[in-house]
Amino acid sequence: MSTEEVIPSGQLASPGRHGSDPLIEVSGLCADYGFGAGAVHAVLDVDLTLRRGEVLGLAGESGSGKSTLAYAITRLLRPPGIITAGRARFDGSVDLLSATEHELRGLRWNDIAVVLQSSMNALNPVLRIGTQFADLLRAHRPGMSRVAIRERSAELLAMVGIPADRLTSYPHELSGGMRQRVMIATALALDPAVVIMDEPTTALDVVTQREILEELTALRDRLGFAVLFISHDLSLLVEIADSIAVMYAGRLVEQGPAKAIFRSPRHPYSLGLLNSFPSLHGPRRTMEGIPGSPPDLRTPPPGCAFHPRCRYAFDKCQAEPHPPLLPLDAGSRAAACWLQDGTRTRPDELALEVRP
Amino acid sequence: MTEQPRAAGDEREMRPVSVSGNGRGPVLEAKGLTKHFPVRRARLGVGVPAVHAVEDVTLALPPSGITAVVGESGSGKSTLARLLARLIKPTAGSVLLDGKPAVAGRPYARAVQLVLQDPFASLNPVHSVRYHLARPLQVHGLTGGASLDSLVTELLERVSLTPADQFVTKYPHELSGGQRQRVAIARALAVRPRVLLADEPVSMLDVSIRLGVLNLLGDLRARDGLAILYITHDIASARYLADVITVMYAGQVVESGPAAVLTDEPAHPYTQLLLSAAPDPDRAAPPPLAGRGAPPNLIRPPAGCRFHPRCPHAMAVCAQTAPPAFALSAEHSSACWLHAHDLTADQSRPLQGNGRTSGHEPGPGEERRSGTPEPTT
Repeated sequence: MSTEEVIPSGQLASPGRHGSDPLIEVSGLCADYGFGAGAVHAVLDVDLTLRRGEVLGLAGESGSGKSTLAYAITRLLRPPGIITAGRARFDGSVDLLSATEHELRGLRWNDIAVVLQSSMNALNPVLRIGTQFADLLRAHRPGMSRVAIRERSAELLAMVGIPADRLTSYPHELSGGMRQRVMIATALALDPAVVIMDEPTTALDVVTQREILEELTALRDRLGFAVLFISHDLSLLVEIADSIAVMYAGRLVEQGPAKAIFRSPRHPYSLGLLNSFPSLHGPRRTMEGIPGSPPDLRTPPPGCAFHPRCRYAFDKCQAEPHPPLLPLDAGSRAAACWLQDGTRTRPDELALEVRP
Repeated sequence: MTEQPRAAGDEREMRPVSVSGNGRGPVLEAKGLTKHFPVRRARLGVGVPAVHAVEDVTLALPPSGITAVVGESGSGKSTLARLLARLIKPTAGSVLLDGKPAVAGRPYARAVQLVLQDPFASLNPVHSVRYHLARPLQVHGLTGGASLDSLVTELLERVSLTPADQFVTKYPHELSGGQRQRVAIARALAVRPRVLLADEPVSMLDVSIRLGVLNLLGDLRARDGLAILYITHDIASARYLADVITVMYAGQVVESGPAAVLTDEPAHPYTQLLLSAAPDPDRAAPPPLAGRGAPPNLIRPPAGCRFHPRCPHAMAVCAQTAPPAFALSAEHSSACWLHAHDLTADQSRPLQGNGRTSGHEPGPGEERRSGTPEPTT
């Protein structure tokens, strides 16, 4: 996949209150599982920009490639996963995809931290929480004294609302919500510029989820890190993210400010996804969701990957290769759909005005 | 209980809505259901600590009705489903089928079927779809004169797995999650039950296919008159699908009412908390949470109302006596002392320290939703 076809990600304007200073720039990224003819293309030609201080929501169903993308950016993708094309830059200068292990070691956790979904698997079950904090701080801040490590660990726990005496607890002594808070605290231990969160609250109850999201938002406002927030729950992303990128079958199909995607989706898949979440208000009406199932990536459909499930599909969707991300609404957003190429009348529900 | 296996010729027109003798009464009822799980084996004469998983739950499933049970993990909702399926024995209370005490066994299983959360685990990976659907028909002797294959085909069509002949020979690993859950539902429908207990039937499925399965449950209710218990942690989907929502907290029912009424005007502080925490992109900003914290330890649950340690409105009486269910209307009830009008000044004294973590004074119209009367009279 050549990178000439893709739109330079800089064309998308900044989504709002945060600076437009790009922190992670991904262009034309492709990642496969396996090799040769049997390879599964899990991420295809993805352009993405994460700006300083921004919360970027990455939405998609299981198998859409959202986690693979996050692992590829951080170079955590394990065989048989391989990055086959594209570029990923950090802070304008560092090339993440060609960085050596030594360079990556300097970047990871210091600059880019990751919070995984399953906190029970991410924490070591046989070490106390305090020991795990100390491990991390000793590895990345070799000069730190024992007292300073203890103080910093307590401070980090307090930051996520856990009393410092929990440093002597083992992971199994904490509730799921507390473990996930500990994971967030460890991710923030070295003041990273970027935190990548892969479904951080999916396994938690709604009240706990809301508490953690509130804390996360407050910490982001205070410390100014950027968040790549991966979730299948688009209604949640609309509430917490500044901008949203929607993935389907390995590709980015729509990208734009969160409220704009919620109020006026431009891609039929985003529209279908929004219509899959029943509302808590208003009259109850029958909703259809999206017919069919996500495609098998071993045998992807020709043309636009979404066309077999799309009610607006026409000949071009199957005949032509997958549509590129087309800039829309004065470059503030983009959607990969032939309906949006300006040569056709769009269905009303995909052409709603963006209200300020 | 006296279900006759139907002749196989009349599959198309499904069972009449009410076959029970008592007219429009509920098909399945729970009366004061209680389940305590002892945490270790009892020794002679020594009281054993127990997990109070379900406490005094009363519930009625009408024919052609969908009742949702909403609660967080550990609220006892799955234990309730297993009690209703008679997979476990209640510590106290009873289950009534058509008004008569239920006896576990095949006739009961023919009337009440359970669909589990994880279709990746609930189907046997070494058996085909045909086997999964034919097995209950054979076990219950429901084949009648018709060929097994035609009954299997008909079951697949009922859950919209068409063309059916493409699916009968498949194995679970060849199906998507949504298709697997449809097979699990078809398997439950094989014995032509009158009650379907669906325990988180869509939470393992991809977002875009959840509504399809929910709509299937809605169709089964409308077409076949099934009484459905829909257990979920997602109150928005309960509002979408169910007629009646019952909210559980720490093993107890805290509020029950018509789905739209309960979600639009939640009366119990816990229901209000649940709704304020649920993702809701329609509102400008989420309201502050009133009642942070976690559900209590169920081995030694708090005295009085089990929600009182978290409740922003907790009063002295809440820590002493468990509230009864106060009827707010014919169908809407809430187990909260805020609805009592005859509390003494001492009883309605605010509990010290409660609600302080919410860090916020409830504004007008927020603390007292329309269903919530003033705490004092």
